[in-house]
Amino acid sequence: MGRYVLRRLLQMVPVFLGTTFLIYALVWAVPGDPFEGKCGERDCPESYVAAMREKFNLDDPLVVQYGKYLLNLVQGDFGQTSAGLQVGERIAATFPVTLRLALVALLVEAVIGITAGVVSGLRNRGFLDSLVLVSTLFLISIPVFVTGYVVQLVFGLQLGWISPTVSTPTFGNLIVPGFVLASLSMAYVTRLTRAGIAENRRADYVRTALAKGLPTNRVIGVHLLRNSLIPVITFLGTDLGAFLGGAIITEGIFNVPGIGGLVFRSILTKDGAMVTGLVTVLVLVYLLMTLLVDLLYAVLDPRIRYD
Amino acid sequence: MRARLVAAATGVALVAAGCGAAETTGSADAGITIFNTEPENPLVPGNTTETGGSRVLDPLFTGLVEYRGEDAQPANAMAESIETTDSKVFTVKLKQGWKFHDGSPVTAKSFVDAWNWTAYGPNATQGATFFSQIQGYQDVHPADPDGPDGPEKAPTPTTDAMSGLVVVDDHTFTITLSEAFSVFPVTVGYEVFAPLPEAFFKDRAAFEAAPIGNGPFKFVSRQPGAEIKLTRYDDYQGSDKATFKDLTLKVYQSRESAYADLVANNLDFLEELPPNALAGKKYESDLGDRVVQRETLNNQTIAFPFYLKPYDNVDLRRAISMAINREEITQRIFEGTRKPADGWVHPLMKGYTPGQCGEYCTYNPAKAKESFQKSGYTGEILLLSNTDGGHQEWAEAVANSIKNTLGVETRFVPSTSFGEFRQKVNAHEMTGMYRSGWIADYPSIQNWLSPLFRTGASSNDGLYSNPAFDAKIAEADKATSEDEAIKLYLEAERIVAQDMPSIPLWTQNTIAGKSNRLKVANLDPFRTLDVPSVEVG
Repeated sequence: MGRYVLRRLLQMVPVFLGTTFLIYALVWAVPGDPFEGKCGERDCPESYVAAMREKFNLDDPLVVQYGKYLLNLVQGDFGQTSAGLQVGERIAATFPVTLRLALVALLVEAVIGITAGVVSGLRNRGFLDSLVLVSTLFLISIPVFVTGYVVQLVFGLQLGWISPTVSTPTFGNLIVPGFVLASLSMAYVTRLTRAGIAENRRADYVRTALAKGLPTNRVIGVHLLRNSLIPVITFLGTDLGAFLGGAIITEGIFNVPGIGGLVFRSILTKDGAMVTGLVTVLVLVYLLMTLLVDLLYAVLDPRIRYD
Repeated sequence: MRARLVAAATGVALVAAGCGAAETTGSADAGITIFNTEPENPLVPGNTTETGGSRVLDPLFTGLVEYRGEDAQPANAMAESIETTDSKVFTVKLKQGWKFHDGSPVTAKSFVDAWNWTAYGPNATQGATFFSQIQGYQDVHPADPDGPDGPEKAPTPTTDAMSGLVVVDDHTFTITLSEAFSVFPVTVGYEVFAPLPEAFFKDRAAFEAAPIGNGPFKFVSRQPGAEIKLTRYDDYQGSDKATFKDLTLKVYQSRESAYADLVANNLDFLEELPPNALAGKKYESDLGDRVVQRETLNNQTIAFPFYLKPYDNVDLRRAISMAINREEITQRIFEGTRKPADGWVHPLMKGYTPGQCGEYCTYNPAKAKESFQKSGYTGEILLLSNTDGGHQEWAEAVANSIKNTLGVETRFVPSTSFGEFRQKVNAHEMTGMYRSGWIADYPSIQNWLSPLFRTGASSNDGLYSNPAFDAKIAEADKATSEDEAIKLYLEAERIVAQDMPSIPLWTQNTIAGKSNRLKVANLDPFRTLDVPSVEVG
């Protein structure tokens, strides 16, 4: 186990280098001078453009630029934005907000999704099963921005139950955006769980467990669920990564000051240092999440061994 | 089961939201929250020209003159007087007793040092070019011999002070321009001309973190990406004092989310409603009497590329202009929120004279056809525009209007993003006539003509050139009285009318919204909240 983890961690190094280089190259390769349009309708003074190019090493060859960036990065310096803010500080301020939102969403989709999946999987072709199938189909077919705007309009503006946007990103305030963000994945989790349960409940080991006279709750909760959850865990793990990087729409609708909005704005304003820094962090999160998921497999299914 | 869970969750959120809302009572101590975008540059007046930063700096600083909220006319603010006899040398007398927020006095030196710092090449500010008319600018800001992309660096300036700025005493200084420019006193109301305190020159980083100004509001705190808080400066000497205490500029990810907060009265002012609120006049039912509307200093035009045939043909340009039914398009597509233009100078400008464009800006099918025949052109006409700013509908309507009137194939060619479109405009790569617009930098009749149509001017993207126009503008710039200058600028506008380098289409009404807490909140002609006008109910 220990050697496996070490090997996986070492594998991260080339992946990390490769992705950060690609992102770095792509961000500055976006067509258009990054300082064009910075000064409104007129051209920026030449001295301003020259100083900015020097600050971000844009006059060096790409590999040298990347080298300089990486050298600062390993020392923990993410660099500065063109507004003179520290990229590291901005990430430290926004990341916890998005993490909170992602955890709320993950909790919502895991609890509701797995429960609904188990219930419908056990009652194959019953009324409840059909209801779950239809409602998940409904959720899957609605894009997140529709769900978001409808929830905001109905609960925020028409009924006035919630504030239409998030004023302070506490766990409580993030429940509604968390629901919206999780709605699509919740439907997938339900269907994955349902398929797993429906398939496994006729398996030999379940029949054996029941024949031994074990209580039904234990058979379902331990024997059946543990085997059915492997694909669900994979999905949840990668989903957390996706939530962290892809909550742009939900964050935009509810004005959550998280990473999504920051990435989006930084791309628009062509703030290369900020985009690279943020995406680097996201890449790391993704790598760690997949490692965690892989380790969880071994816990859930003893047949899976890593040494 | 799911339904029950949702209800429970919203219940929690409701309680949490209830805790967060802070209500203040008594209008003098009230605080208001207005929409903002994240400032893109450090908070130094000479180094920020975009709106997210300007909205913060505007209440923090008071310049020599400020533009009145109701009609954009410049009025002396920090200046006691700005006098000149030849439009080349200006003597500025400052009002006494003004202080920066840190208690240091505002003197002539505060202005001169700030302007010199902003203009100084190695400081690399965005606002440097605004000082290019002052004598000695070339010495502090020498041009890069091969442009910013070239390997050579700009030479180091020989001095860090412009010879045209001379401090006479604590409250007097003189400005000498390299050429006479009668409109100069109007331009100094722009934010980049603000004074800077001693503290700035001692510790720039500290100043950027907590700016110190001389305006009606002082800086309290900033949470990047979330909000900036300002509070009333009680020792403020100016006439534009605020009637409320705290001003919070909240950063929104999108106008749409800000609009939702505005409808729910969580946000006090949003100066331009998002497209989803404007569609079908939805805002009228959402906001009712909370809609704030006014004519603002921007217009919409169609510009011609003089580097491309057949658009260099004056008869064709006139024919196209006379073939556009402005009345009908503004009524049908904009439901009256646009006003047909009859000239290039904006109607809110001092000196504006109606009908300067005359018959060439009036819909007249017969004359349009006649002029079109005279041009001898029979091919296709192209109209280019970006579509991300809601331009597609009217551009198609204009193309149709031309097509129906002249009986010639007219096609609208869309371009997806403003950035890409602007880049092609700047590179002179237009393949047809194209959408153009102008937002006033400073409220002067000169600003609607000179930067757009003078040979080689900064925003003359179509490469129009007429020596008679250039000469008239130069003459007007040198005029010694405002009346005389206006008269000459109007003559220049009539030269433009003969040449039609661009077609004026319409001017705009901007639609803003306020919360029910504000009794009065006006929009100023520059599309921002007129802060002194705010009355909290």
